[in-house]
Amino acid sequence: MDNTASWAKKPSFAGKFSVISAIRWFQTLQGRRTVIGYIFIGPFILGVLFWVLIPALTAVWLVFQDWNLISPASYIGLKNITRLATDKLFWQSLKVTTIFTVASVPLGLLFSFILALLINTKVRGLAIFRTIYYLPSIMPAVANAVLWAWIFNTDFGLLNALLRSIGLPKVGWLQQPEWALPALIAMSLWGVGAAMIIFLAGLQGIPETFYEAAKIDGAGRWAQLRHITVPLMSPVIFFNLIIGVINSFQVFTAGYLITNGGPQNATLFYVLYLYRVGFRYLEMGYAATLSWILFFVIMILTFIIFKTLGRSVYYQEDV
Amino acid sequence: MILPFLWLISSSLKLETRVFQYPPQWIPDPVRWMNYYEALTDKPFHIYFKNTMLIATLNQIAILLTASFCAYGFARIEFPGRDFWFAVALGTIMIPFYVIMVPQFIIFSRLGWMNTYLPLTVPYFFGGGAFNIFLFRQFFRSLPKELSDAARIDGCNEFAIYWRVMLPLTTPALITVAIFTFLFSWNDFIGPLLYINSPEKFTIAIGLATYRSMLGVGRTRWDLLMAASTAMTLPVIFLFFVLQRYFIRGVVMTGLKA
Repeated sequence: MDNTASWAKKPSFAGKFSVISAIRWFQTLQGRRTVIGYIFIGPFILGVLFWVLIPALTAVWLVFQDWNLISPASYIGLKNITRLATDKLFWQSLKVTTIFTVASVPLGLLFSFILALLINTKVRGLAIFRTIYYLPSIMPAVANAVLWAWIFNTDFGLLNALLRSIGLPKVGWLQQPEWALPALIAMSLWGVGAAMIIFLAGLQGIPETFYEAAKIDGAGRWAQLRHITVPLMSPVIFFNLIIGVINSFQVFTAGYLITNGGPQNATLFYVLYLYRVGFRYLEMGYAATLSWILFFVIMILTFIIFKTLGRSVYYQEDV
Repeated sequence: MILPFLWLISSSLKLETRVFQYPPQWIPDPVRWMNYYEALTDKPFHIYFKNTMLIATLNQIAILLTASFCAYGFARIEFPGRDFWFAVALGTIMIPFYVIMVPQFIIFSRLGWMNTYLPLTVPYFFGGGAFNIFLFRQFFRSLPKELSDAARIDGCNEFAIYWRVMLPLTTPALITVAIFTFLFSWNDFIGPLLYINSPEKFTIAIGLATYRSMLGVGRTRWDLLMAASTAMTLPVIFLFFVLQRYFIRGVVMTGLKA
C-alpha cells in the first residue's frame, strides 16, 4: 500500500523521465502491474498495429492512387471515387448483394427460429436432429459449393428431378439470370444451423415457470409464443439479425465457385466484384476504394438496425 | 435438410453413367468405392492434406498460446489503458475481413510472403483474433480470485500463475478454440486462393476448387467430384460427433459464423 501512495505522489513520471525514476516506478505495485499488463496484451497491440492499423492507412493512401502492383503507383486524386458513379458493375454488385441480404437474412432468421422451436421440445432423438440441422453450417464452403452446383444442375440435378416428378418443366437454375440469385438464396438457407444453435440456447434459458403461469391464465400455444417466447428472445433475434446482415454482405465462395458471378452478372456479389477488381484486373487503388465502401455500407446498416430495431429489443433486466 | 447430404454421398458412390440417370437412384447400384480412390489420387490430395494440417496445427498453436496469453492480461491484471485496448479489441471484431483484404495483400506481397504459408499463419501469433481473446477472457474472469492469490503467496509471478495455474483450468475453452481454429483453417478458401499459387503448396479447399474448374472445361466427372467433396467433409463430421458439446458451446459463446 505504501508503494502505491509513493507513486501517487509523483503526478507525472513521463515529465521527469529518467532511468532512475522509471526503475522506481517499476518498483511500485502500480508500475509493475502496468508493465506486466502490457507485456501480456503486447502481442495483441502489435497485431492491431501490423494487421489492422497499417493496412487501414495503406487503404486510405490507395484510394488516391492508380496502381497495378507492377508499374509504380501514381497519384490520381479523387478519380477512384468519381469512377464509382458511372461503374455499372459496382451498382450491379451492390444491388445483387442487397437483394441477397434482404431475402436471405429474414428468411434465414425465420427458418432457424422455427427449427429451434421444433427441436426445443422434449422429443427423443433431439441430438440427432440438432446434428443434422447444424452440420451444413460447418461444411467446408468449397464442398458445399460443389454439392449445390450438382443439385442445381439443369439436366441431372436433384432439384429438377423433383420438379419433373411432380410434372413441372425443368429450370436452368444457374443459367437463367432470373433464377440464379434465388437459387443461391435457397442454398444459403441450408446453412442456418449456427443461428439455430444460438436460438436454441436462448430458448432453453427461458424459465419454464413463465409458460406454466401463462397456461394457468388460459394462454394457448400461439399466445405463449407471441407474448413470452418472442419478447424474451428479442435480444437473440437482434443479435442474429446483425450477424446475418454482416455475413451476407460478405458472401463470396458460392458466387465465385458456383456461378462465377453469372449469368449476366445476376450473382455478381459485392465481394466477388471487389476480388476481381483487385486480383484479376490488379487495380489496387480502385479495389481499396471499393473495400472502404463495403466498410461504410456495413457500418451504416448496423447503425440503422441499432437505431430502428434496437429500441424494441426487450431485456429481462428492464422488468 | 438432410436430403442434400444423402444426395452427396449417394452420388459419390455411383458409376459415372448412373450419376446421369432419371429418375435419380438413391441407393447406388453397384456401390463403387473406387470413386474415392480415384478422386483422391487423381490429384495429390495427400500433399494437400499434409499442407492443410500443417497450417491448421500452426494456427492452433498460435491462437491457443497468444489469445489465452493476451486474454489473461485483459481479465486478471488491472492497469491503466486496459479498458481502452479491450474496446479496440471489440472494435476489430466489427471490421470485416474483406475490408482489409486488399491492403493486407499488398503488405504481404511487399514483405515477399507470396506463395508461402506466412500470410496464413503469422498474423495469428499476434493475439490470435479478438474473438478468441474475448472467449478466453470470459473464461478467466469466471475463475476464483483466491486461486491466483494462493499461488502468489506461494511465490508465483504473474507469468507462472497464467501458465501453471490458470491455463490448465481453461481446458474447455482451449478445446473449443482449437476446434474452431481447425475448422477455420480446414475450410478457409479465400486465404489460400490469394496467397498460394504453386500446386504443391495447395490446401484441400483450393485443391478441390481447382478440381472443379479444371474438370468444368470438358466433361465434369461429377462422381469423382462428389467423392472428393465428401472426403473433405468427413473429418468435419467426425470431429463434430466426437466433440459435439464443445462445438455447441463455441457457437453459443461467440456467435461464430459458419
